[in-house]
Amino acid sequence: MTLIDDLFARTRAENRAALVGYLPAGFPTVEQSKRAIATLVENGVDLVEVGLPYSDPVMDGPTIQAAAETALAGGTKVDDVIEVVRATAALGVPTVVMTYWNPVERRGVDLFSSLLADAGGAGLITPDLIPDEGAEWDRASRAHGLDRIYLVSPSSTDERMALTAEAASGFIYATAVMGVTGQRTETSSLAPELVARLRAVTDKPIGVGLGVSNGAQAAEVAAFADAVIVGSALVRCLLDAEDEQQGLDALAALTRDLRAGMERS
Amino acid sequence: MSAVLPDGPGHFGRFGGRFMPEALIAPLDEITREWEAAQVDPVFQAELARMLREYANVPSPMYEAHRFSAAVGARILLKREDLNHTGAHKIRNVIGQALLAKRIGKPRCIAETGAGQHGVASATACAYLDLECTVYMGEVDTERQALNVARMRMLGAEVIPVTTGSRTLKDAINEALRDWVTTVDTTHYLFGTAAGPHPFPSMVRELTRGIGDESRAQVLELDGRLPDAVVACVGGGSNAIGMFTAFVPDEQVRLVGIEAGGDGVETGRHAATITGGQVGVLHGARSFLLQDDDGQTIESHSISAGLDYPGVGPEHAYLAETGRAQYVPATDDAAMSAFALLCKTEGIIPAIESAHALAGAIDLAQELGPDATILVNLSGRGDKDVHTAAEYFGLLAEDRP
Repeated sequence: MTLIDDLFARTRAENRAALVGYLPAGFPTVEQSKRAIATLVENGVDLVEVGLPYSDPVMDGPTIQAAAETALAGGTKVDDVIEVVRATAALGVPTVVMTYWNPVERRGVDLFSSLLADAGGAGLITPDLIPDEGAEWDRASRAHGLDRIYLVSPSSTDERMALTAEAASGFIYATAVMGVTGQRTETSSLAPELVARLRAVTDKPIGVGLGVSNGAQAAEVAAFADAVIVGSALVRCLLDAEDEQQGLDALAALTRDLRAGMERS
Repeated sequence: MSAVLPDGPGHFGRFGGRFMPEALIAPLDEITREWEAAQVDPVFQAELARMLREYANVPSPMYEAHRFSAAVGARILLKREDLNHTGAHKIRNVIGQALLAKRIGKPRCIAETGAGQHGVASATACAYLDLECTVYMGEVDTERQALNVARMRMLGAEVIPVTTGSRTLKDAINEALRDWVTTVDTTHYLFGTAAGPHPFPSMVRELTRGIGDESRAQVLELDGRLPDAVVACVGGGSNAIGMFTAFVPDEQVRLVGIEAGGDGVETGRHAATITGGQVGVLHGARSFLLQDDDGQTIESHSISAGLDYPGVGPEHAYLAETGRAQYVPATDDAAMSAFALLCKTEGIIPAIESAHALAGAIDLAQELGPDATILVNLSGRGDKDVHTAAEYFGLLAEDRP
């Protein structure tokens, strides 16, 4: 049982969905990102995704791109990301890194895995790595006890869903829309069907992300998913704030709103 | 060698593959399937051949550059891709892919462009084949290449300036990918070079390999023997892979790719990805790329906007690693010196991209001597570069004392 397996056993017992919150490391600074993540945890996030800021984030919309650019311009390094993971995991919450593949490959897949595991990290979410190219990551993640969180999409065939679910561990990340990260005014009509198709091929927990921004939307998704993943809306709280405290207050309020949506009536 | 590669999932040895969001795997599979079917469909092939012949002015001639040869000290043959419609080899790729988009039933194409050449070619093919066209172009490049922006718009394309990241070609690719993942039901991504995720590297190779197939036949017709060396410039690598592929099995023929050396590889301001980069993953494939210790992409620098890209096609990485082809840099200054020499000895203004290949040929001439025959791909014409070249050489009125 990994930390993530434990989490889903608990949320299933509590008849609720898990709340997954994303924030990039180093935005607006490394220290401030640690405090922002601590705010998520204090207000009810069950699992933290620490974003590794990358120069070419093709899956991300303008909000997360802007945060990544600020983090990189501020000199955020992979080692800083690992430090943010260490600080987050120390709060007692399962912590994964969301990263494009090249920074992992550049460090060395096994070395990156060992650094992550040593910092208390639980796994990786890999938006541009598919299991077809994941042999080395599969070996390294097993050797270091890390979870492999792969993505599935509404465009995935049933065959690819089965293949991806088989290769994944911890949970499966279902991208609810055809598009990039970012807030949307309505929840995706594709998400329920996507989750239903996935359930037909796997018993593993399913998290739904892309476009969830508030408690009402989160509650809709929590009705059929095991986890609700929120990113851009959280980043937005920090982007729009005039000072750090205002950002943390907004983050706390949004997190509580989202967390309230996790309970199933 | 090229006949058996890539493997099924698109690998050239350890290079290539697909490092892409899962959302794009189904459309990439669709393109792969349709492309495989189109390659053995005589109707598609005849239609493509007819369009290239009637519309694109293909096959292009091969030309012995006597005065240039005398100046550089070896016999230089030029493959005149500059005489194709839109002025470069790129028309071969775009007509092929636009026709494939029609076959798949996609009414819209998107494209990325650096200098604007692939954008202009895409806009042209889309006008010709009645497809909607959107071109992503870094804001920095829309300013550097305002005339090409106007050209694309005249041809009916929508041009979207990209304001993220370094606001150049790599960011235009990122933005095109973001568009594609959102619009994939109606849209084909008309990728401009032999890079990116499978099947683009091999599909673009097959669409451009006419350059080398024609050249090989033309040189045999002219000389009754193969050239000693074949030279092409390499940015993403479509003109070079198109030129090299026919010659890869001819092991006595040296294949030399010329990368953009910018201010010199030692300065760090260059686009010589194979010479000065390391193995990594960018834009969907494993290849060489310019990156820092954390795997963040480093911006490239070249006087040639068409070579100003921090990645390179995976088959070039493979040809470099196996030693079948060699890749060497030519600096901005060397390329511009070759540019000037071709203008004055032959009355041909080359694209600055192609001038890098000429610079490489000049070095090779020194090495191989007067008995050598060197075939150079003159991949494009230089009309688009007149402003850049005039500034470089100080020929504009405001530059004069």
